[in-house]
Amino acid sequence: MGAGRLGMAMERHGRAADASASSAGEPAPEGPDGRRRELLRRRASSASEPPVGASASAEGVRRSRPGSYSGAPSVSRQRVESLRKKRQLFPWFGLDIGGTLVKLVYFEPKDITAEEEEEEVESLKSIRKYLTSNVAYGSTGIRDVHLELKDLTLCGRKGNLHFIRFPTHDMPAFIQMGRDKNFSSLHTVFCATGGGAYKFEQDFLTIGDLQLCKLDELDCLVKGILYIDSVGFNGRSQCYYFENPADAEKCQKLPFDLKNPYPLLLVNIGSGVSILAVYSKDNYKRVTGTSLGGGTFFGLCCLLTGCTTFEEALEMASRGDSTKVDKLVRDIYGGDYERFGLPGWAVASSFGNMMSKEKREAVSKEDLARATLITITNNIGSIARMCALNENINQVVFVGNFLRINTIAMRLLAYALDYWSKGQLKALFSEHEGYFGAVGALLELLKIP
Amino acid sequence: MAERGASGSGSSGDSLDKSITLPPDEIFRNLENAKRFAIDIGGSLTKLAYYSTVQHKVARVRSFDYSGKDAEQDHEPPYEISVQEEVTARLHFVKFENTYIEACLDFIKDHLVNTETKVIQATGGGAYKFKDLIEEKLRLRVDKEDVMTCLIKGCNFVLKNIPHEAFVYQKDSDPEFKFQTNHPNIFPYLLVNIGSGVSIVKVETEDRFEWIGGSSIGGGTFWGLGALLTKTKKFDELLHLASKGQHANVDMLVQDVYGGAHQTLGLSGNLIASSFGKSATADREFSKEDMAKSLLHMISNDIGQLACLYAKLHCLDRVYFGGFFIRGHPVTMRTITYSINFFSKGEVQALFLRHEGYLGAIGAFLKGAEQDNPNQYSWGENYAGSSGLMSSSPELCPTQRARSGTFDLLEMDRLERPLVNLPLLLDPSSYVPDTVDLTDDALARKYWLTCFEEALDGVVKRAVASQPGSVDAAERAEKFRQKYWSKLQTLRHQPFAYGTLTVRSLLDTREHCLNEFNFPDPYSKVKQKENGVALKCFPRVIRCLDALGWEERQLALVKGLLAGNVFDWGAKAVSDVLESDPQFGFEEAKMKLQERPWLVDSYSKWLQRLKGPPHKCALIFADNSGIDVILGVFPFVRELLSRGTEVILACNSGPALNDVTYCESLIVAERIAAMDPVVHSALREERLLLMQTGSSSPCLDLSRLDKGLAVLVRERGADLVVIEGMGRAVHTNYYAALRCESLKLAVIKNSWLAERLGGRLFSVIFKYEVPAE
Repeated sequence: MGAGRLGMAMERHGRAADASASSAGEPAPEGPDGRRRELLRRRASSASEPPVGASASAEGVRRSRPGSYSGAPSVSRQRVESLRKKRQLFPWFGLDIGGTLVKLVYFEPKDITAEEEEEEVESLKSIRKYLTSNVAYGSTGIRDVHLELKDLTLCGRKGNLHFIRFPTHDMPAFIQMGRDKNFSSLHTVFCATGGGAYKFEQDFLTIGDLQLCKLDELDCLVKGILYIDSVGFNGRSQCYYFENPADAEKCQKLPFDLKNPYPLLLVNIGSGVSILAVYSKDNYKRVTGTSLGGGTFFGLCCLLTGCTTFEEALEMASRGDSTKVDKLVRDIYGGDYERFGLPGWAVASSFGNMMSKEKREAVSKEDLARATLITITNNIGSIARMCALNENINQVVFVGNFLRINTIAMRLLAYALDYWSKGQLKALFSEHEGYFGAVGALLELLKIP
Repeated sequence: MAERGASGSGSSGDSLDKSITLPPDEIFRNLENAKRFAIDIGGSLTKLAYYSTVQHKVARVRSFDYSGKDAEQDHEPPYEISVQEEVTARLHFVKFENTYIEACLDFIKDHLVNTETKVIQATGGGAYKFKDLIEEKLRLRVDKEDVMTCLIKGCNFVLKNIPHEAFVYQKDSDPEFKFQTNHPNIFPYLLVNIGSGVSIVKVETEDRFEWIGGSSIGGGTFWGLGALLTKTKKFDELLHLASKGQHANVDMLVQDVYGGAHQTLGLSGNLIASSFGKSATADREFSKEDMAKSLLHMISNDIGQLACLYAKLHCLDRVYFGGFFIRGHPVTMRTITYSINFFSKGEVQALFLRHEGYLGAIGAFLKGAEQDNPNQYSWGENYAGSSGLMSSSPELCPTQRARSGTFDLLEMDRLERPLVNLPLLLDPSSYVPDTVDLTDDALARKYWLTCFEEALDGVVKRAVASQPGSVDAAERAEKFRQKYWSKLQTLRHQPFAYGTLTVRSLLDTREHCLNEFNFPDPYSKVKQKENGVALKCFPRVIRCLDALGWEERQLALVKGLLAGNVFDWGAKAVSDVLESDPQFGFEEAKMKLQERPWLVDSYSKWLQRLKGPPHKCALIFADNSGIDVILGVFPFVRELLSRGTEVILACNSGPALNDVTYCESLIVAERIAAMDPVVHSALREERLLLMQTGSSSPCLDLSRLDKGLAVLVRERGADLVVIEGMGRAVHTNYYAALRCESLKLAVIKNSWLAERLGGRLFSVIFKYEVPAE
């Protein structure tokens, strides 16, 4: 049923787009022509990359004469043609198909000239309009408006970067939509990463007539996070940390300037968890991973509480008390376990109280949701801390969609890392939590190093 | 958690009888002399420890006064044998379900004669809960001991004193347990205790250990979360559910995320990408089994991963796992092992302990007994009184459980002398005494178990005959038969019950069982007679040897050693001959020997060596009494002495079969000295030294030898080791690598073994080895 929710809405839209396209009398792009352009693109992308500076200067030229197409159309056209050779055709997407969520970043060019506007095929326009004028797609697709990066310059084009997500189980509907909207006619390349890039590759091809460009998940992640950190967050800092994370009143989210990003331990918490040690832009390694991730939290919450959404699970957790579920050190030793320097508040056994029938009967669903959250989060913190020690790295950046609207987890990670490392380790977070893979895929599309 | 006092009503021994299938005096043995107590009360099991003394008979030999000149009379035995009572120390450990705790305390109260004891050391999570009950019932003050401290003390103790304590779990092999030889230095190691939570402790020395980390995801998480998910209340049942489940129905696997492409990417599709990742949906039902399995994998993997991270950080490769999550559960040992292998890429081994369940009780006991310095002594597992691994595991042997109740026993004997490595071992950490691992080798196991079963009647008969004056000998011998028979049956089904199963362990178990029923030395009279006969032949044998030329003599000496070794009551082929033909003697034995070239024959090399400079000092491990030691070993010793080589002759401290004991060897040497000036002066000048091995086994473990012997070997700079006999040179030490020259010789008196080695009955092993430069 999940697949239907998004799919139906999108299909409707897709039909509308088709209708508008045909009413406008735009001819469907012919195959041979399209193929020629595809070849051009390939050649262009295999050529050496234009330096970022070069495209920036081209951008400058463009900005100086808005709407100057009327003056010297041929020159302008020439320029556009030359730019096209170097640059990927619109639309610009980056896709990260994870185990639970699909993350989609979309670059909306805001510097479209009237000429371009005129040239823009109807389907492309409709995609742009559809994505930018909505905040929700179907019943499960969501645009994280608050994350939108405005006035971003990418490959010499200025525009906004949009961040959209929907559940992986709606992937078939998404592909169907691509087919309905005739994406293949746009001759765009879908750069996709995540396991789903492999899993759905065949579906993209056979159903959507779309060739996926599959990209390595971790390459994209590292690339994405370094890029996003470098462009900031609409003038604000991308990276942040928590001060006094354990103190509800004094706890503060503060910007962090990641001026020396290396070495960096990158902990990506999606359905599962990957931990990378990043030593430079091109030098990183996967240290380890754990299957106890966001999917475990949500999966267990579904089983234990009957909740149906991540938001619901988190909301329940925010109202629960995990100490009813967990056995704390003080429950066993009456206080601190001094022999080993363990504080009484530390969890000795997650769900340990649930061994007793009476206690099982005395807990609420909220308590269980909270305990699940605490268990998974503490465990990730613990593994991350050990990896940081083994790799001799002291800054740890936690990313991934598990942390979305999940202040409880972030504060706990911040506190646990600080406490158990005696202040040696710092937990850092990033505003665009789960989208780095998708951003990395977009950067790959644009061949931005 | 713990359920208390199931019956609760009765407080006499009667209620105990109802709940325990074995008579309680077979469980709480030697309680009358019990001195110190310790108790470890866990979530479901109680472990009681006490120190007691055991009185048992020992055969002593005493030299007659030979000042009289009629000493050479024909029918007089060479020495007298007397049976004496001896008191030895023993540690008793009893493990039972918490349900029985009240009944057990009552039983102890009723049978505790010794009143000096005032205190009981208590540890474990349940100690506080039962504190009042213990104090009220036993009138002992409860001293609480720190759980981890006890655990680690216990762990050190078993690792030091019980060979084959640690094992690795190997799935798909039969049996799944592969025992490890104890490393001479047990430190440092990592102990991962998986109780309700996980504690990771680095142990550096006997007294220094450090909590380096832990995790809240442990056995309590499995149990608590499992109970919530499956509505199954008991830990064991949850494990049982898990063993039947398919985790892939609940977990999101790599192949679920990547589709079929995982193969081309070189990823293992079965890896779990997200535990419980598939349960993030409201529209599906999941089976209890699948959820339990997924939970088990999740927890085991997590613990394994953390253990590897800690091991790596602290550069440790020995990681022992314990706690109720592991205890006797193949399911969890399997998942933990898998996880450790996966995360450490094989660099770290997950080790488990046979007596893991007793660590806390052992540690608490040791804590209370510190003034007695129990760590100064060496201790040995008593196979007769211990239940063995998995004795009460319902998963492995449901019938076994019904038979022995839920009581599990461990008994440790305090050895009279501290045991250490032979300093001449090439690599003590890789030394394995036993030649064939019967746990691995099913064919050999079957043969030897049958062999020992078939020999049992004879041993029983011999035992009865050895105590003609005793009224209850037959009855005790029958009990011995039953005990040993049942041990053999246990070993048929659970060959791993007492560590690596070997011919040595089968022999040792038999000795322990004989001792248990007060048959300390069934062969004492046989040995006495044979020693007497052989002593009489000694002068003639020496005259013959001395008449030979040098080279002939060397061969004759070796043949004499081998012929003497034919006289082995432990070998059925020989005992049959000896029983039927009392006239069978030294010359007859020589006839039995295989002609050269022998099955293993490096005699020429040995002869060549003898032409060179004499050895500085030879260490000789002797085998049998009678002809073997007197007409085989002593002439050989005499030749070495004449060459200017000092000789240390090492004999068993306690009796085993017809093996010559240290006490017997003293008398024999004295008698020979009276006849032979070479031996006489060597003894006087301490060029010939008689020592004891510290062992009472027909086999030889060179890693557990008497400390005094080891010291002497080092002092004298022994450069030749001679090991004689099947038990010491074939069943054990056949492959033992030494740092000096060694001579291993034996006559194969078992046709099956001979065939296995590619020879026939009475084939000869003469293995002279020189270590590589």
